[in-house]
Amino acid sequence: MNAPAFRAATDGSSSPVVISVKNVSKRFGEAKSNQSVLALDNVSLDIRKGEFVCLLGPSGCGKSTLLNIIGGLTDASSGSARIDGREIKGPTPDAISFVFQESTLFPWYTIVENFNIALKFQGVPQSEWSDRTMKALKSVGMATFANHYPNQLSVGMRQRVNMARGIALKTDVLLMDEPFAALDEQTRMVLGEDLSTLLAETGKTIVFVTHSLAEAVFLSDRIIVMTARPGRIKTVVEVGEPHPRSPDFMLEPRFSELRNELYALLRDEIRAATAAMRDPVSAPVSLHGG
Amino acid sequence: MNGKEGNTLATRAIQVGFLVAVGLVWWALAANRMVTPLFLPHPEAVWRAFARLVSGGQFWSAVGVTLTSIVQAYGIAVVSGLAVGYLVSRSRYSTRLFEPLIAACFAVPITLFFPIFILVFGIGPASKVAYGAVYGFFPVALNTIAGFSGVGAHYVKAARSMGASRSQMFRHVLLPAAFPVVVTGLRISFFICFASVLGGEAISSASGVGNNIAHAAELMEPARMFAWIVFVIVTAIILNMVVSHVESRGREH
Ligand SMILES: Nc1ncnc2c1ncn2[C@@H]1O[C@H](COP(=O)(O)OP(=O)(O)OP(=O)(O)O)[C@@H](O)[C@H]1O
Ligand SMILES: [Mg+2]
Repeated sequence: MNAPAFRAATDGSSSPVVISVKNVSKRFGEAKSNQSVLALDNVSLDIRKGEFVCLLGPSGCGKSTLLNIIGGLTDASSGSARIDGREIKGPTPDAISFVFQESTLFPWYTIVENFNIALKFQGVPQSEWSDRTMKALKSVGMATFANHYPNQLSVGMRQRVNMARGIALKTDVLLMDEPFAALDEQTRMVLGEDLSTLLAETGKTIVFVTHSLAEAVFLSDRIIVMTARPGRIKTVVEVGEPHPRSPDFMLEPRFSELRNELYALLRDEIRAATAAMRDPVSAPVSLHGG
Repeated sequence: MNGKEGNTLATRAIQVGFLVAVGLVWWALAANRMVTPLFLPHPEAVWRAFARLVSGGQFWSAVGVTLTSIVQAYGIAVVSGLAVGYLVSRSRYSTRLFEPLIAACFAVPITLFFPIFILVFGIGPASKVAYGAVYGFFPVALNTIAGFSGVGAHYVKAARSMGASRSQMFRHVLLPAAFPVVVTGLRISFFICFASVLGGEAISSASGVGNNIAHAAELMEPARMFAWIVFVIVTAIILNMVVSHVESRGREH
């Protein structure tokens, strides 16, 4: 009786808040130094249990930085982030796990060993390791490769396994920083579907960074559109569609409407971001100086 | 990468064949007296000289002195090189500061300072141990720095997010990531210690294998000299095989 529990689209009020980001700013480098970068400017965001939230914005707007602050890998310069009411001061491996863009499978361990070591780091008793590893590998159809080394797998398979490792950690929250960026389009669509199914089955809360508009619409309950640097929240777009989502969703008019809406929102920001990169006037260091 | 196993046998055969060819050329040159026996004695003469050496009693004590010196020099080089290298690699600043300095010192021909080693440590084995240890220190330190500072930041970040403790980070991430590069340094260092100790003994020493080789040369006894040299070459080949074996075993873990 393990049929996936079809979730209704989050109605925005019934589930409790899991992640709460309040007035978070992040500056890299000394404030007075002309090399300092204000990556995030007063960002506030609540994420509810079981929600799938996408961070979308031009390159360099602070998406990874925000994800790292939620994951406790980076400290905020001001403001605070909380997980289940606890203030985040460092990694909370019991509540949050990461899936990064590059495969972070350790090449010196086999796939199984990679899972075991992750569970060991997380403090899971050894008796549970093999069961959880095999379940997670089966969920992405990679069980037969358990004893391979990562470099014996294709890039797509590696990222599949990388995702499975995040799942095996069984945290309520999964933070994914462009997990499919290195993959070809077909693979990323299949993995996206897998992820949607997974979300429906496990009720995990997922925060996902992507540059793909279609991916954002296909996967998200809510899309947080950010401004060019310094990153602020420009607007939030809701996608009212239950998980798991079928590829047919992409054929619906609503899908392309949302996609176009996002593109319109982002276009100005991307223009602003590239203009800032090209325009030497706004850059503090003159090429002809010194 | 591909077909590595299938090729091992053929590769070995070529390598052994090369050694046999070198021996045959030696034999041919010496037997036809194409090179004067003073420079290249006949292999049979060398063999007889070797048999005399081994039965003479001096042989094993000379080998003992040299081997002990090599082991001591290498021990010091490894321990100090690993410690210094690891400490330097801990911060990006100290890496940027010290790595070029250590590399520059290694580029200096340390042989030039050999007379100072003799002055300070005397003509006994201690000067050779110190000389070998100093020379052997550099590749260990440099490769340890390279190994540990080259660990991919994304692996460290991932392990941190999974809650790895400091010791777990070292044992399961930093160490295995740095291992291949560090081991290469250990291997280079070993042969530098081996060569330095023997070379030092040949230049200035009262005992050891290197001293015996220099001594035989001075006395114009090429057969005895070659007996020692062939012994050293064979030892080096065997050691190289042992080191490679240990290295590949280590890589599996
Ligand atoms: N460790 C750091 N030190 C200094 N500056 C940093 C650091 N990490 C990020 N930044 C700066 O902060 C800004 C935001 O970076 P971040 O990686 O969060 O952007 P992003 O939105 O994830 O971009 P992308 O879409 O290209 O991945 C960038 O301008 C970047 O240069
Ligand atoms: Mg990023």
